[in-house]
Amino acid sequence: MDGDQVLQVRGLTMDFGGLRALAEVDLDVGRNEIVALIGPNGAGKTTFFNCITSVHDPDRGDMIIQPPGKAPQRINGLKPNAVTELGIARTFQNIRLFKDMTVLENVMVGRHCRTRAGIAGAIFSTKQARAEERACMDFAFSMLAKVGLGNRADEKASELPYGAQRRLEIARALATEPFLLLLDEPAAGMNPSETDEMDRLVSRIREEGVSILLIEHDMKLVMSISDRIYVLDYGNLIASGTPQEVAGNSRVIKAYLGESFDA
Amino acid sequence: MEYFLELFFGGLTRGSIYALLALGYTMVYGIIQLINFAHGEIYMIGAFTALIAASALSMLGLDGWSLLAIAGLAAVIYSAAYGFTLEKIAYKPLRKAPRLSPLISAIGMSIFLQNYVLLAQTSDFLSFPALIDEFPFMEDVTIIRSSELVIISVTALSTALLTIFIKFTGIGKAMRAVAQDRIMAMLLGVKVDRVISVTFIIGSALAAVGGVLISSHVGQINFYIGFIAGIKAFTAAVLGGIGSLPGAVLGGLVLGWTESFATGYVSSDYEDVFAFGLLVFILICKPSGILGRSSAEKV
Amino acid sequence: MPIKHENAPSIGKTASCDGYSLPASRRNLRDRLPKTGFNTLKSLGIALWFMFLTFPIMVIKVSPLEKTIEWRWSRLVYVGAGAFSLSMLWRFLIYRMEAGTSFKKPLQERLSLFFQRKKSRKATALAAAFIFAALFPFIFSTYQTSIMISALMYVMLGLGLNIVVGLAGLLDLGYVAFYAAGAYCYALLNHHFGVGFWTALPLAGAIAAVMGIFLGFPVLRLRGDYLAIVTLGFGEIIRLVLENWNEFSFGPSGIAGIDRPWDFGLGFTLRGHTIYLFYIVCLLVLLTMVVVSRLRNSRIGRAWIALREDEIACEAMGIDKTRTKLTAFALGATWAGFGGCLLAAKTTFINPASFTFMESAIILSIVVLGGMGSISGVILGAFILILMPEYLRAFSEYRMLAFGAAMVIIMVFRPQGLISATRKRYEFPEEKREGEKP
Repeated sequence: MDGDQVLQVRGLTMDFGGLRALAEVDLDVGRNEIVALIGPNGAGKTTFFNCITSVHDPDRGDMIIQPPGKAPQRINGLKPNAVTELGIARTFQNIRLFKDMTVLENVMVGRHCRTRAGIAGAIFSTKQARAEERACMDFAFSMLAKVGLGNRADEKASELPYGAQRRLEIARALATEPFLLLLDEPAAGMNPSETDEMDRLVSRIREEGVSILLIEHDMKLVMSISDRIYVLDYGNLIASGTPQEVAGNSRVIKAYLGESFDA
Repeated sequence: MEYFLELFFGGLTRGSIYALLALGYTMVYGIIQLINFAHGEIYMIGAFTALIAASALSMLGLDGWSLLAIAGLAAVIYSAAYGFTLEKIAYKPLRKAPRLSPLISAIGMSIFLQNYVLLAQTSDFLSFPALIDEFPFMEDVTIIRSSELVIISVTALSTALLTIFIKFTGIGKAMRAVAQDRIMAMLLGVKVDRVISVTFIIGSALAAVGGVLISSHVGQINFYIGFIAGIKAFTAAVLGGIGSLPGAVLGGLVLGWTESFATGYVSSDYEDVFAFGLLVFILICKPSGILGRSSAEKV
Repeated sequence: MPIKHENAPSIGKTASCDGYSLPASRRNLRDRLPKTGFNTLKSLGIALWFMFLTFPIMVIKVSPLEKTIEWRWSRLVYVGAGAFSLSMLWRFLIYRMEAGTSFKKPLQERLSLFFQRKKSRKATALAAAFIFAALFPFIFSTYQTSIMISALMYVMLGLGLNIVVGLAGLLDLGYVAFYAAGAYCYALLNHHFGVGFWTALPLAGAIAAVMGIFLGFPVLRLRGDYLAIVTLGFGEIIRLVLENWNEFSFGPSGIAGIDRPWDFGLGFTLRGHTIYLFYIVCLLVLLTMVVVSRLRNSRIGRAWIALREDEIACEAMGIDKTRTKLTAFALGATWAGFGGCLLAAKTTFINPASFTFMESAIILSIVVLGGMGSISGVILGAFILILMPEYLRAFSEYRMLAFGAAMVIIMVFRPQGLISATRKRYEFPEEKREGEKP
């Protein structure tokens, strides 16, 4: 694994019963790159994310990450929280916020693995614990400001409109200070202006040194922000390359539009 | 060997009763994801109704099988009516409530019904008439009593009837549909309220059958019998895999045998410890119970 | 004047069970209510139904031994009349609740606003409560003080279980096991080695916590109701072992003559001891409140709530699920241990009968009835559930009946609990908010 990569996946295979959700998938994400993973519904994209974040345990294959300034490390079989702690954060396709908590608290939860205060610190409200709490709050607030939710910090997360909930999920993921961010359909269900905003937000996050792997159905968004694209179909990687290369690939067109279209 | 068989049939009898009760728990849980804590009380009310009906009728001169049939029928009807009413009062208004609220309501109902019977009847143990006559052909058999034979066969018959009902009738199909996906079933025109009511009625009727049989076998009842039996039966339902009908029966039988053999070969003081110990052990090895399917959450 | 729903489209009756047609069902209620005739008829039907339902158990009383039957027909009339009026009242209340004219919620909001607007108000209220608590044993009799001690003990137990159930969302039906552990810890240490209350108290908490971890380790990967039944089983196992292991626990006869908390050699009378214990309990409750409220708004507390809300997202945020659950379990158990130690000191006698499943159910009811996750709710819930049966003694034998009914009624009309939990608001300088808008 050379120094320019943050994620290297080789031969990833995952079966659900008799169904092969992922078949020998290879994928790389370079430093500071925006990589898109596309494919028709049920192609195995979310399963891929779930394998990387250890929600599922893949049957075969290697997943290796290289955090900035550290040695490469295999992440197969780690606990999900350990993967997050190493610096991979994700959002969810069907938004999974902590509904009863405030917007700010949601992001503060994301700071959990970067803070240390224990039970004793909380009970005795030590100086150290208070300072850490304060720092955590400020950090969380700055993440909210980054996604444009600074003025809604005290609202209940479930009361936010849909688009804002997606952005809150990103803020929450960023609070874990990842070097690789996995976005599962960040623009799903958004109107064009919200999608544009998402486009700018994702680019801004990349500028801050975070590599991004995203699943997305909105082709306009994918084509405009991605450096490279991988295409999955029935668990098989059928194409990869720059947006232009992929857009011209006949197998991709077939997968998306069906066999008969080929004539 | 004879001792072993005696314990085997004793366990089978006990397990049959647990199974009858566990079916009610598992059906209700499968459909509205509620631990119906008052289910044991329904069983107790069934036993009381049968006792009252049998005593009244025997004074009118009835006896034998007809007495058992009528008292049993009264118990089934009344338990079903109580189950139906219970759901309407304590659970139906709470369908949209936070998950634990119906559980508290159920515990409240359980306390209420116990004290209702305590006040209206008595706190003492009442002796229950032996409604099941000894079979003449069983005179020489020592390993199994006639009442045990009846309990085992009635349980088998009820379970078979229930299976046929669930598999082949329209309302049975509706029950399975609601158990799988309540909202989808509703959108397809299944009358969910009615399905839930039917579930409670059937579960309560089965509990009454169990209540009458075991009371006749044991020979005494009081207002508190439902509580312990209820907890045990729920344990059986979880043991077998909650939501699964064959699981409830299997769980009941396994629990019955465990208790019977543990009491017979080890120590009668720790009967319940073995029951709960088995539950803890099985759930740790197989968290969804013996026949339960593990449901992975979709991410 | 409430908003009218006349124009709300009616969406078919089948949907009435899952809340998709709330406006329509509200409208139905509105249309139905004024038709007194129909309502009367329906209530009459319900009255008849209940007369049928209660017939065998209420009317007939048999004594199988003497072979006599007693018929108590007059009861049928009472049941009919009672059911008729209650069903009228019941439907009126359900109607009010669904039409949203219930007055309870605004009251809660107004109260919390009242306290939030000026901090001095909260301080005044707290000071008043403090003075009342301080004077309580001198105003009221020993008997009343003793009842209040039990109520406060349950406040403590409720707040402890609130950590497990209310904050971390782990349904624990075997909480009583840790309560028993605390009580037997003090009783046995005192019996064999003469260990005093103050030494035993932290030990009881620690032993309960260790037990919590010991139990929690294997079972915490179980989800929801499975966890509930395993903890229930565990609670029963502990009780049964205490009942049967005579060499260790002295069996069903229990342990008597446990020392009361050391009285500094002052030779307290019974009343003196009660007052002393009352202050100890007050102190512990205060301590519990401080600890729980601090934990709730800390890093750990947020992790608990996140875990309750969504386990998968919680893990994806880098939270160690097992560890977080274990801390909740162990901390909850600690408070049960303290409670048990207090119980032993209060009654000076314990036996396994004090640690039945019913005890767990009562403590859980305190938490849910009061409002999960809410400290003031749990306090209110404990006072209602523990004091009500005591003060219902006027109705003597009917009190448990009323108690069960009250639990059902409160849940039906206030399913989220009496006081719903609120989250802390964080304060930021206003310019920071404005300045960083996108």
